[in-house]
Amino acid sequence: MARVVVAVMPKPEILDPQGKAVQGALPRLGFSGVTDVRQGKRFEIEFDGEITDAVLAEVDEMAETLLSNPVIENYTVTVEASETAGESGR
Amino acid sequence: MKVGVVTFPGSLDDTDAQRAVRIGGNEAVALWHGDADLHGVDAVVLPGGFSYGDYLRCGAISRFAPVMGEVVEAARRGMPVLGICNGFQILCESHLLPGALIRNDHRRFVCRDQLLRIENNRTPWTSAYEPGQEIRIVLKNGEGGFVADAETLARIEGEGQVLARYLEVNPNGSMNDIAGITNERGNVVGLMPHPEHSVETLTGSGTDGLGFFTSLAAAVLS
Repeated sequence: MARVVVAVMPKPEILDPQGKAVQGALPRLGFSGVTDVRQGKRFEIEFDGEITDAVLAEVDEMAETLLSNPVIENYTVTVEASETAGESGR
Repeated sequence: MKVGVVTFPGSLDDTDAQRAVRIGGNEAVALWHGDADLHGVDAVVLPGGFSYGDYLRCGAISRFAPVMGEVVEAARRGMPVLGICNGFQILCESHLLPGALIRNDHRRFVCRDQLLRIENNRTPWTSAYEPGQEIRIVLKNGEGGFVADAETLARIEGEGQVLARYLEVNPNGSMNDIAGITNERGNVVGLMPHPEHSVETLTGSGTDGLGFFTSLAAAVLS
């Protein structure tokens, strides 16, 4: 099984009220030094076989047509290594 | 005129819109999102609500509903289409209207009687109003902030595609106080406030929204 990750972020010039809300909460919790927070979306898309260029082209099309709105958002597509090699999250 | 009102999963103003269509002197036809057929209607209303739960983005998934393929094609041929609130979001996601709608800048859901100025009365949905006429209708939204890039904004301002503007207060941070826009051809209209809730004195603060639904009848008679 292979995984492709599509990360969608609001364009820099677009107001991000959700990111602003998070940014406002951080100092209240004692986290200082944060100058900006932007909130986006992460899609983990699983495939059975290998991730070929054709698969990536298809993911790109998915990202362009449905996963993001190109008017207000940018996206990146990355192939994630199989299994969890050195994941730092919990 | 036969005016179709589409019900998506999560639509909540569809029956109000149908009623407003009838009070406006037209015949309301219920359309279903999963049915790729407009059943011979002359115009379409996409009502407010939370289509497909607003998952992903407001209107993003409903854009691909079977009925929307027909609506997009008919709109490109010139059929009058009105999107109210979530319907406005669906029209932007469908690329029938420019720009996009994002979460309100103050991050709160807003519900109020909103004063608007009709900027463009040359559409089949606004011909009953005078240019510059001020109307007060219901507004309720959480993601009603209209945004567009500078070039698009300049174009829609320059081409007279701003349909209505907020007066007194900007309730959601919309650029240039934009409450509604139309496409280049003028047949597709998106409006964030809800004219369908302001058509009867019994249940609303006034009847200023009625013009959106009587304009169509006037367009046929003229």
